Amino acid sequence: MKLHHITAALALAGLGFAGLPAQAQGISGDVIRIGFITDMSGVYSDIDGPAGVEAIRMAIADAGGAVNGKKIELVTADHQNKADIASSRAREWFDQEGLDVLIGGTNSATNLAMAAVAAEKKKPFISIGAGASDLTNAQCTPYTIHYAYDTVALARGTGSAVVKNGGKTWFFLTADYAFGHALERDTTAVIKAAGGEVKGAVRAPLATADFSSFLLQAQASGAQILGLANAGGDTINSIKAANEFGITQTMKMAGLLIFINDIHSLGLKATQGMYLTDSWYWDQSDAARAWTKKFEAKVNRKPSSLQAADYSSVSFYLNGVKATGTDDADTLMKWMKSNKINDFYAKDGYVRKDGRMIHEMYLMQVKTPEESKGPWDYYKVVANLPGDEVYTKPSESTCKLFKQ
Amino acid sequence: MNRQLLSYAAAAIVVAILPFLGVYPIFAMKVMCYALFACAFNLLLGYTGLLSFGHAAFLGSAAYAAGHALKVWGFPTELGLLFGTAVAALLGLVMGLLAIRRSGIYFAMITLALAQMVFFFFLQAHFTGGEDGLQRVPRGTLLGFIDLGNDLNLYYLVMAIFAFGYFVIWRTVHSPFGQVLKALRENEPRTLSLGYDVDRFKLLAFVLSAAIAGLAGATKTLVFVSATLSDATWQMSGLVILMTLIGGLGTLVGPILGAFIVVLLENKVGDFGRFMAELTGSNWFLRLGESVTIVIGLIFIICVLAFRRGIVGEWQAFMERRRARA
Amino acid sequence: MIDLFGIPLQALLGQLLLGLVNGSFYAMLSLGLAVIFGLLNVINFAHGSLYMLGAFVAWMGLSYLGLNYWIMLILAPLVVGLFGIVIEKLLLKHLYKLDHLYGLLLTFGLTLLIEGLFRSFYGVSGQPYPTPDLLRGATNLGFMILPNYRGWIVVASITVCLATWFVIERTRLGALLRAGTENPKLVEAFGVNVPRMVTLTYGFGVALAGFAGVLAAPVLQISPLMGSNLIIVVFAVVVIGGMGSILGAIVTGLGLGVVEGLTKVFWPEASSTVVFIIMAIVLLLRPAGLFGKEK
Repeated sequence: MKLHHITAALALAGLGFAGLPAQAQGISGDVIRIGFITDMSGVYSDIDGPAGVEAIRMAIADAGGAVNGKKIELVTADHQNKADIASSRAREWFDQEGLDVLIGGTNSATNLAMAAVAAEKKKPFISIGAGASDLTNAQCTPYTIHYAYDTVALARGTGSAVVKNGGKTWFFLTADYAFGHALERDTTAVIKAAGGEVKGAVRAPLATADFSSFLLQAQASGAQILGLANAGGDTINSIKAANEFGITQTMKMAGLLIFINDIHSLGLKATQGMYLTDSWYWDQSDAARAWTKKFEAKVNRKPSSLQAADYSSVSFYLNGVKATGTDDADTLMKWMKSNKINDFYAKDGYVRKDGRMIHEMYLMQVKTPEESKGPWDYYKVVANLPGDEVYTKPSESTCKLFKQ
Repeated sequence: MNRQLLSYAAAAIVVAILPFLGVYPIFAMKVMCYALFACAFNLLLGYTGLLSFGHAAFLGSAAYAAGHALKVWGFPTELGLLFGTAVAALLGLVMGLLAIRRSGIYFAMITLALAQMVFFFFLQAHFTGGEDGLQRVPRGTLLGFIDLGNDLNLYYLVMAIFAFGYFVIWRTVHSPFGQVLKALRENEPRTLSLGYDVDRFKLLAFVLSAAIAGLAGATKTLVFVSATLSDATWQMSGLVILMTLIGGLGTLVGPILGAFIVVLLENKVGDFGRFMAELTGSNWFLRLGESVTIVIGLIFIICVLAFRRGIVGEWQAFMERRRARA
Repeated sequence: MIDLFGIPLQALLGQLLLGLVNGSFYAMLSLGLAVIFGLLNVINFAHGSLYMLGAFVAWMGLSYLGLNYWIMLILAPLVVGLFGIVIEKLLLKHLYKLDHLYGLLLTFGLTLLIEGLFRSFYGVSGQPYPTPDLLRGATNLGFMILPNYRGWIVVASITVCLATWFVIERTRLGALLRAGTENPKLVEAFGVNVPRMVTLTYGFGVALAGFAGVLAAPVLQISPLMGSNLIIVVFAVVVIGGMGSILGAIVTGLGLGVVEGLTKVFWPEASSTVVFIIMAIVLLLRPAGLFGKEK
């Protein structure tokens, strides 16, 4: 039947069209190609997303657009929070477009998948947006660098610092899946070690819309601190409900994974006094403020810590290329693991053997509406948390790279 | 009959040499997996007339089952694939038994709700890795010695699996069993009055569809060496419906074309948006390009309103009219 | 303090009341679905995104036009209803002669489109919406402190649901509606403009969803995604209740909200799936649904 011929021909032509343009470019040795795959349109698009792309473009422009005569190019893609798409794009770029380094945006599943691809292709992978500590622990590779933060650091930072600041008794509202459990577990260990007490925990299914009954249970426990071991929409909804039921009058909240964009959308009235840990805040230093001004000119809002890390990591990589005169993967991995990061994002940051970028984290508290001078002026830094203390210690890690 | 065989052989040869024509093997394998998934779905919707809104449950459960078997239990690749397919078939049996009790719209809603339950189970279960997903699944070897880590080797295995799955569907459709299914779709009461145990046929079709969808899912795990939650979401269920709709309900080849178009869309819509934005200078295209969801929603609406037979269906109708005129 | 199953009675009653609040949403949304299905034979997958639209319109009214909650409570459902009428006239009308499934698919596509558009323009973190001044604060009911607004939700939804039931079951208009479902041709022969009735019914059904959205706005973060997971649970509610009766939809919605609330106390991890489990059980024992008639 003719139909099958035509369909086969159509499919062939289409596949060819889809496959060929990439082939035509081939592998080019005179270009430094940076790839960035993140969530551009979904649940994590505010904290990283297209603004993160802008941050990387800024880094490339500030490096002069070229290093040692080689032009720098950026390719980006939206993984739509699907690991399939992330890993197939990464593969395609490594195989067919001569990608030199891959930067990973938000969402842990996609980053883990991309890390595996990069390890297979033996090219550097710098993960910014994902929180999964597994990237430098059980699933570490010689080619992964986990740059900005991870859930262990957040848990430990918030947990120990809050207890030290007087919040001794805790009650957890945990999202009932691996990520939430991990946050709860890591924070609990630290709370106990710092002399605090966990009065109880309730596990709410992911994407619960109404937290009121869970919050009532929290209130009944009489704990001082409400630990929010959840993220994204769950955190936002639980904070709203906590305000509504007057829980914020008797308990202080500790957000274990929360970004400035979440505070922005909730407003200070609902979040004032909440504790959280983050790797960077736009108002924390002169250098940070200066960079933020440039970012805001392009994007019209203040940067999140992830967007700052996007810039910082790409600058760091490009400095490596300049210093070593090559974009060879192994040379650069060696360089990045033996040089420090000193910029507006991190002071004396360094990349450990397992790929973990160790740098200072900060315990912040959300300002009251009276203390804030305007939009995005939300945090005050309460404590500096040394990186060596909050990230997974080598003795605790199962990463094979430590044994070498 | 001979011409059909000839055209299938020609298509097979073309697909076999695609990697050498510069087509990226991973992309082609992804298309084949989704095409098999869509064909399996079409067996249920296009030929039996049952709209399942929860087919992602089968894709996802097989993906996780196969992934777990290969990574944690160290199954050989062939057994891993079989295991994944079996799990999906079993899930299909359970879901089917519950869903068959109602028909039409209710059937669709029940499959949706049950699939959502399966999704929540995967979300909370430890073995799936939850949000992180099942990563670094070993591809293993075929027959003990052909290394599937080599993309090209895997390509031919996936091609063979796809051909096998497609053949099973083709054979089912062109069999007495398939005829009964078609009769079911056309007029259930009359089929019942002819003495057929309608429920049993529906269930069988459901389980078969689930099993082949499972095969697609297990194979996909092999290609991407990972299985994640996005395989089991209701958006994925919607996506496979779209693939079948665009391609052509009730045609054998339609879902393949539909799968190809949708996968292409997912990958390239961002690039396309940027291209159109630069061409027209309108930022609106950038926004469109950033949201695959909007594009898919639009296509769904257009297809349902004006294009119900799908590309292949419209083509077939066109050819019919031409033949009638001649 | 009396203890029931290890939980203090006071806490239990509190949770039951909260369950009632959630149940009100289920009731209103499944009512809208039932009304639309009854007359149009269309399963409105877009119900969730129209609920979201209601909340967003309320927010837009406040942010762009300074219109307060009480005005938006009337205005937003009207806007959503109008939007629904446009959808019906432009899109759904063409599908009535076809298999029901196409209606489901069209509204599914509509859901993706609406959510995608809002996500694209407003991001996903959501917009805050303040509780109206009149309803702020909480009342001490003795066994729990109930935020006044939550109490208002229950009162408002039950009122609207009962009003709808009354109109459909006890007035002439409702009788025409029900007749139009059974035998449109005959009703048309009596001089009633059935297509217009159908259009208005769809508009009304989605206006109910929009109303629910406005009610939800101060309680939940107004995000483009707020409808999508909710709609699937509402589907399950509808299957459990059966779409035969209006009262059945209301009772089932409220009842399931309460059951879900209880689950949150005794077995929190299962609270998102308990409705589905009940659906499975009902399907095994009484396939037509608790209040349904075999169609």
